[in-house]
Amino acid sequence: MVQSERRLKRGRQGEFVSKHVVARVEDIGPGERRVVTVRNRPIVIFNLDGEFFGLLNRCPHQAASLSQGIQAGFAIAEVPGTERCIRRGEFIRCPWHGWEYDIRTGQSWCDPESILVRRFKVERVPGSELVKGPFVAETVEVSTDEEYIYVEA
Amino acid sequence: MSVRETILQTVEGSPGREFIIDSDIHPEPYSPQSFRERLPARWREHCETYGDPQRGPYAALTGYPRYIPRTSRRDAWPSNGGLPGSDLELMREQHLDRHGVALGVLEPLGQGSWTRNLELMGAVCSALNEWQLEDFVAHEPRLKASIVVPMEDAPAAVAEIRKHADNRDFVQVQMNSLSEEPFGRRKYWPIYEEAVSHGLPVGIHVGGSTGARTGGGWPSYYNEEHYSLVNSTQAHLTSLVLEGVFEHFPALKVILIEGGIAWTPALSTRLDRLWSRLGSEVPHCRKPPSEYVKANVFFSTQPMEEPENPEDLLQIFADIGWNNILYASDYPHWDYDDPEYAFKAPLSVEQKRKIMFDNALSVYRLD
Repeated sequence: MVQSERRLKRGRQGEFVSKHVVARVEDIGPGERRVVTVRNRPIVIFNLDGEFFGLLNRCPHQAASLSQGIQAGFAIAEVPGTERCIRRGEFIRCPWHGWEYDIRTGQSWCDPESILVRRFKVERVPGSELVKGPFVAETVEVSTDEEYIYVEA
Repeated sequence: MSVRETILQTVEGSPGREFIIDSDIHPEPYSPQSFRERLPARWREHCETYGDPQRGPYAALTGYPRYIPRTSRRDAWPSNGGLPGSDLELMREQHLDRHGVALGVLEPLGQGSWTRNLELMGAVCSALNEWQLEDFVAHEPRLKASIVVPMEDAPAAVAEIRKHADNRDFVQVQMNSLSEEPFGRRKYWPIYEEAVSHGLPVGIHVGGSTGARTGGGWPSYYNEEHYSLVNSTQAHLTSLVLEGVFEHFPALKVILIEGGIAWTPALSTRLDRLWSRLGSEVPHCRKPPSEYVKANVFFSTQPMEEPENPEDLLQIFADIGWNNILYASDYPHWDYDDPEYAFKAPLSVEQKRKIMFDNALSVYRLD
């Protein structure tokens, strides 16, 4: 068990962030997701083919929990009759009004310029690195021979 | 104590807490089969033999499949295996308790006047009315029921209203918008006469299966159908005014539910202009159409308009009339409007109170 170590640094918007270990890599399989709470914020962690991404679990439209939606791709068509599906599973669709967000960026599909879900940096880290810090591992037992997911929040 | 007094007592008992009235909550049975058990044997056997002829988005078959199961929020499926809207505990947690709903008006959908078989229509409406009381209102006094009527069979509809008229757990009569004829036509007048005689407003909720979707033929997509429901609401509003329904029943209050609201000032203005020139065709319409709309018609908010400039909403509301707008959630459906987030415009305390509470308090029968 590593010591909780809260060395804060500045995030993208100048706010203080710290690195929080939230799960073992094997806890969230490819295509799966899990909601974690970090510094009182609900964050949904996605595994897209081994890459991890984190979004605030709250739709900017009417505040529904995005984690209750389905992951989908898009059917597109250049002209009628040429429909095809792209980026299957890479968007989270709000369980209420169906607004769709790119899991990799948090940007909405319908209005990427102005509507986005807050994104959190999520990375994998070997347990052997964790013990060196600075990480906050309040809810996860850490051992040096496994791999973990941390969120910067 | 009257329903209104009970509501006001609740509000006064929790100073500082905000309460709302919701004009559109959709109750569902645990399953379609569990509801069918409530029908008389004659109709259970009919449905088993011939199949259920009721067709709509909430029944087994629809011409316009939804992109989301049961047209419902994906988080509204109860853990007990029932349909969204069937579990009171979840409804309380997600909506009634969470948002301080002091009164929620039940609007059963998908059955009743959703078949052309008049006898079945009547039997299902009767069962829907008993079911609302037994499965919802009896356990949750904040919920009140609608008298669902077999609207294409006026004598049967009148009998159904009469059967429940003295029961204060019913606060309105309910019809649905996809009808055989525009609602101003005389065949529906006995329903209005009976409703008015008991002080009951008539709610018209979009939907149904019997009527044409648009005046321009049958569309292809759910996108089109969702919008085309607005057309049916517009047709009814125009018909009610121009056939003289409000002239004949000045005390009639009509609530248009889930048909959108931003179009109504434009329609009223257009009707006024026509009436000012061609009024002699409808001499029974003694006032400009917009005056009947302002005096007799109320609009539920969901699905709330979201103009690019949110403040445009204030002008839309002002044009419709601040006293004519009722908050609706549409719980548990996918296009649910959360009362905290649905209105993107900055409403004053007084404006908000009218939409969220006061208007409904004077529209429904709560004495």
